[in-house]
Order: sequence, then C-alpha cells, then structure tokens
Amino acid sequence: MGLLDTEFSDDNIVITKVDDLLNWARLSSLWQMSFGLACCAIEMMATSASHYDFDRFGVIPRPSPRQADIIIISGTVTLKMATRIKRLYEQMPDPKYIISMGSCSNSGGPYWEHGYHVLKGVDRVIPVDVYVPGCPPRPEALLEGLLTLQEKIRNESLVKKAV
Amino acid sequence: MKSSEEIFAILKEKFGDAVLQLNTKLPKEAVIEIAPLKVTEICWFLRDNEELQFDNLILLTGLDDDNGEKVKLEDGTTETKGGTLSVVYHLESMKLGNRIVLRTATGRENPEVETVSKVWACADWHEREAYDMFGIKFLNHPDLRRILMPYDWEAGYPLRKDYKNPEFYHGMKVPY
Amino acid sequence: MLKTEQMVLNMGPQHPSTHGVLRLELELEGEVIINVKPHLGYLHRCFEKHCEAMTYPQIIPYVDRLDYLASMNNEMGYAIAVERLLDIKVPERVEYIRIIMAELQRIASHMVAVGTYGIDIGAFTPFLYLFRDRERILTLFEKTCGARLLYNYIWVGGLSHDLPINFVNETRDFLKDFKKTVIEVNNLLSYNKIFIERTANVGVLPVDSAINYGITGPNLRASGLKWDIRRNDPYSIYDRFDFEIPVGEGKHGQVGDCWDRYFLRVQEMVQSIRIIEQALDQLPEGEITSALPKRIKPVEGQIYSRVENPKGELGFFIVSKGQLQPFRVKVRPPSFINLSVLGELCKGHLIADVVAILGSIDIVLGEVDR
Repeated sequence: MGLLDTEFSDDNIVITKVDDLLNWARLSSLWQMSFGLACCAIEMMATSASHYDFDRFGVIPRPSPRQADIIIISGTVTLKMATRIKRLYEQMPDPKYIISMGSCSNSGGPYWEHGYHVLKGVDRVIPVDVYVPGCPPRPEALLEGLLTLQEKIRNESLVKKAV
Repeated sequence: MKSSEEIFAILKEKFGDAVLQLNTKLPKEAVIEIAPLKVTEICWFLRDNEELQFDNLILLTGLDDDNGEKVKLEDGTTETKGGTLSVVYHLESMKLGNRIVLRTATGRENPEVETVSKVWACADWHEREAYDMFGIKFLNHPDLRRILMPYDWEAGYPLRKDYKNPEFYHGMKVPY
Repeated sequence: MLKTEQMVLNMGPQHPSTHGVLRLELELEGEVIINVKPHLGYLHRCFEKHCEAMTYPQIIPYVDRLDYLASMNNEMGYAIAVERLLDIKVPERVEYIRIIMAELQRIASHMVAVGTYGIDIGAFTPFLYLFRDRERILTLFEKTCGARLLYNYIWVGGLSHDLPINFVNETRDFLKDFKKTVIEVNNLLSYNKIFIERTANVGVLPVDSAINYGITGPNLRASGLKWDIRRNDPYSIYDRFDFEIPVGEGKHGQVGDCWDRYFLRVQEMVQSIRIIEQALDQLPEGEITSALPKRIKPVEGQIYSRVENPKGELGFFIVSKGQLQPFRVKVRPPSFINLSVLGELCKGHLIADVVAILGSIDIVLGEVDR
C-alpha cells in the first residue's frame, strides 16, 4: 500500500513515524464482527464469498465482539435490536470502527415513515464512521466503504491536535 | 369436496346458535361466522369429523373492523370507541381438499376469543401474534405473551387503526 | 447433599449460525436440551402497517423485503393475489418469464440454504462454490431489471422490463454449468461421511406432527408427504410443465431427519432446472403488460391466495374495502410457521444439534419477523 513497498530493497531497517506504523497495522487487518441483520447481510455474505473476496483487504469474520475491530451494521435496526447493538458495541475493544451499510441503518430507509418499531438510523445509538448508501448496497459499494474507512484510519494520529 | 354451504349446514345442525350465518356476499370467499366463545368446540369438531377432516390451519388473522365510533381527543387525534375486532381462520383438509373460512367477531373494549392452540399446534404463535398486534385475548392459551414487539412495549397494539406511536422508547427517539 | 439444576443458555441474537437475529433460550440438563424458547421480533419491520398506508403497486418493494432470498417468488405471490382479486389475466409471455424468474430464484435461495448449512456443520468449501454460481444468477437478474437482490420486477398485471438480449442463451449456459455444480456439491457434502453422521437421524419430524404444526414446503415433503402448491393448487401455468416432486426417503436414517430436509433442496434445484429448460423452449413472443387502469381499486371483498415459495407456502390474505389502499394485508409467512416446530425437534438432542436442526429448517428472519 505504498508505505513499506520500497523500503526493503537493500536492507531491513525501516524508519517511519509511530503514527504511520500503527495506522498501517490497524487498517490492514480490520477484523470484522460476523453479524448480519437483514437483507444487506446477504450482500455482505456475497462480499465475503468467492466473487468479491473480502479477505484480500484483511477483513476476517470473527464471531465474538471481543476479537473484532469493525462492526458492519448490515440492515434494519429495530428498537428491540438497538439495545443489543449498543451492548455489542460496548463489548468491542478500542480502537473500534463502524460501517453503517444500507439505507435502513443510515436513516430508516423505506421504513422511515410508518415503521413504528424501526430505529431511524443506527447513529441514534452508536457513532458511525462510514455510511454506505443503497438498498441494498452492491458489494462494490461496501468495498468502497471499507477503503474509505482505511483512508480515515491512515490519517489518524496519536497526538491530539490543538484546536 | 364439500362446498361452504354444505359445511355450514353440517355445523348449523350440530351447534345451532353458535354458528351465526354464512356470508356469501363477498366476491371471492364465503365466510362462516361463529360465536367467539364456541371456537374451540367447533374447531375440534371440524378437525375430527370423518367427513370434514380439517387437519391444516393455513392462517389465523386478527382484524380491526374499524366500525366503532370515532371520538376526537383534545390533542387533535381520534380514538375509536366500541366496534369489533375479528379473527379469521383459513382451514384446509389436506386429505379431502375441503377449504373454508371462519370468522368470529368480539367487542373492542374487552376482546376475548377461545384459543385453538390445542387443536392445531401452529395456532400457538399465530394467536400470540394476533394478541401482540390487536390485543385480542385468547382464553386458555398456554403462553399468551407478545411475540414480535418488545415484551415491555406499553404503547398499545400497533395494527389497530387508531394506534399512536410513542415519542421515545428507552430513551431512543422513535419518529423520524 | 448433591443437587442438580437446569442451566439456561442464551444463543443469539447475534450468533453466527442463527441465520440472522433469532434469539434462543436453551434449557439444558448437562448437554442435553430440555426445552427451547425462541424469542422473535428483532427484525420486526411493520410490513402489515405499511400495507395499510400504501397503494397496491407501492407494496411490491416491501414484499421484496419479506423473504429477501426469494424476492421474485414473493413478488409473484403478491402479484397473483392482487390479479385474482381484480379478476385479470396476464399475457402468455409474462407467465413464462415469471416462471423462469421464480425458478431461478428458487435455485438461488436453495443455494444459500445448502451453502450456509454446510458452514453450520463445518464445511466451508461448498459455500464458496455455490456463491460463485449464485453470482451468475444474480448477474442474469441484474441484466434484466438492474438490481441484484431486491428487484421490484414482477408488477401487478405484468413486468417492469422485457428480457434483455441474449438472456435465453446465457441462462442455458448457466444451467449447463450448474448441473456440474450439483454433482460437485453432492460429492463434497451430501455423501460426505462426516456430514451424514451429523445430520442423519437428527431432528426427525413425523408427518402427522408436521401437518399439525402447519409445516409446508421442503420441510413437509422431507417428512414424506407429496404436497406442493404448484401441483395441489396450481397457479400461473405450472400445470404445463413436466417435473417431479421429490419426497424424503430416509436414505441414511429415518424419514424426515435433517439429512432428508437438506437433500430435498438439492433435488428441488434439479427439478427447477427442468422447469426452466422447458419454459425457455416454449417462451412465446408478446406483450409484457396487460391493460390496467392507472389507479388499481379492487371492489370490496377478501381473498386468500397462495404460492409455493422456496421456504414453503406463501399466502397473502387481502381485505379490500374498495379503496386505493388495502384495508388489511396479512402474510402467511412460511418461515415463521416452520420455525414454530423448532422446540419440538430439539428436545432430547445435544447443543451442537440445535445448529444442525435450525439450519435444516432454513428460515429467513425477514419473513419470520416481517
């Protein structure tokens, strides 16, 4: 991905910033919590299956929130499920990231008006890093969302910038 | 195969006043209307009678008839007073090919219908759903709880026509 | 003094093998299951309330999202229900295209069922092979209507688009290749000794019990009853095609065990191939929409209409009061009713068998909770 490619030509000493090293490590192995909600989960499955192959971005499904770095909210979040999602999110170790996949988890989607039991946007209970639009988003859109998240992580810093 | 008229005649002879009438006015389906507190007895008969053998409950539906009096409340919304809630049963005999539709109506203020969950096992969840969505109480049901909505949902029964959604649920804003 | 008590174990709603957001409360005696309490509703999306606020054609996108693995079948079921309520006939070409789409979708749905069942039991490879081929079906759908998963393709009285150029040949190519995949899956999974050990004689569902619980679709047929709406209450033009209805035979154990339910889906995929091939041969030219008024307004009445979905009997009970919106739409969701037998099937089995039994029932939570 650019950072280390040219550094190993002669010797094996690399000089880099701590920020860059940590960010590179984080963004290259985003372990995903394998957790599907609704229709979008099927597209998420298709993304991790043979044709689109999520693995090549370092995304490996983990069944436990305690081993996961990233949670993809893939589908409609209902009021009954929202408290569970919040608890799952709290169980994940820092640093943790969230991709909100599909219209439903972005804003309620087609259920925004009459959905008496639908939470209109998962960002009402947990903070979201990347929104992927679509109903459901194509696998390519989800991949783009992941690349956007990687870009975001690449620009993070340990030092708090002065405001 | 027996027609709805023949089945109605058999039921009428056996149960008398508990079988109210046969409604053939609706264009697609003939409906036999029965009394809400005789449902279990009639359904046992329908299932076990040699000529009928209705072994399969296809569908059990709750229904808000919306025939009550509409009362305007102070905040501008309306509420329905009086009127009826209905339960519709679609039955089928897999062996003989008979099909009928039963319907029973019960008052909106205290809706009570007898359960058929002992007759057909699948009615258990159907009745819980009708309770969840319309608040119809099924007498003698083994486990009458909400099934789809949260157990602590207090805002009423969502599929009633005069249902009003709450503003907040556990601190989460519900409307858009 | 020694004392024993039952342990309660929570499974879900984010458990990877519950196929969505189902929560099970297991009461255990050691590793043996005494009782299973399913908790539903984690995906309750208020479908029936939406129907009361939408006009008849507007409901179709919501129908898609019921059983999102079989959107085409759902649309077909709904469209047929409204057409029966309106007493209209659709053109010949529409009937054929609908059947081709529905059967392709049936194959795709069974592919997911079989593939994920492999994962549940611990075999990952068939999942990858099947999803590779499923992409080809989705590509066919995408060329036809532009969407991969939720199509809004089958409309009341017709279709949204005609078939694209070369669709017939591409479908034939796919079917030719897919026959090989079925053999491959059989060799990898169906006759695999470990797989048979995990599934044969597990979760046996006798036919009387199945009828009493209202079980339909592959689960009922696996118990040995030849019951298929396509034959027993024919709709569309299914009476013109020559296909068999496979039933469970208990090849590796008792009739109606998990292996029977699994293998029945593989056999059904083969039958679907036969139907599609015949439909492609007979496909006529013609219109793809029938003359309909702009505003669909059925007369007062009610109807229950049903079709055979990959999961079972999907029915729509529509009550019309002569308005633009239906007064009430109630779905008969096959997954919801099939799931209700879970507690009965799991009793006396081990914890690991719950996953095997649940996978063999093949539920979709979008339809269970609606």
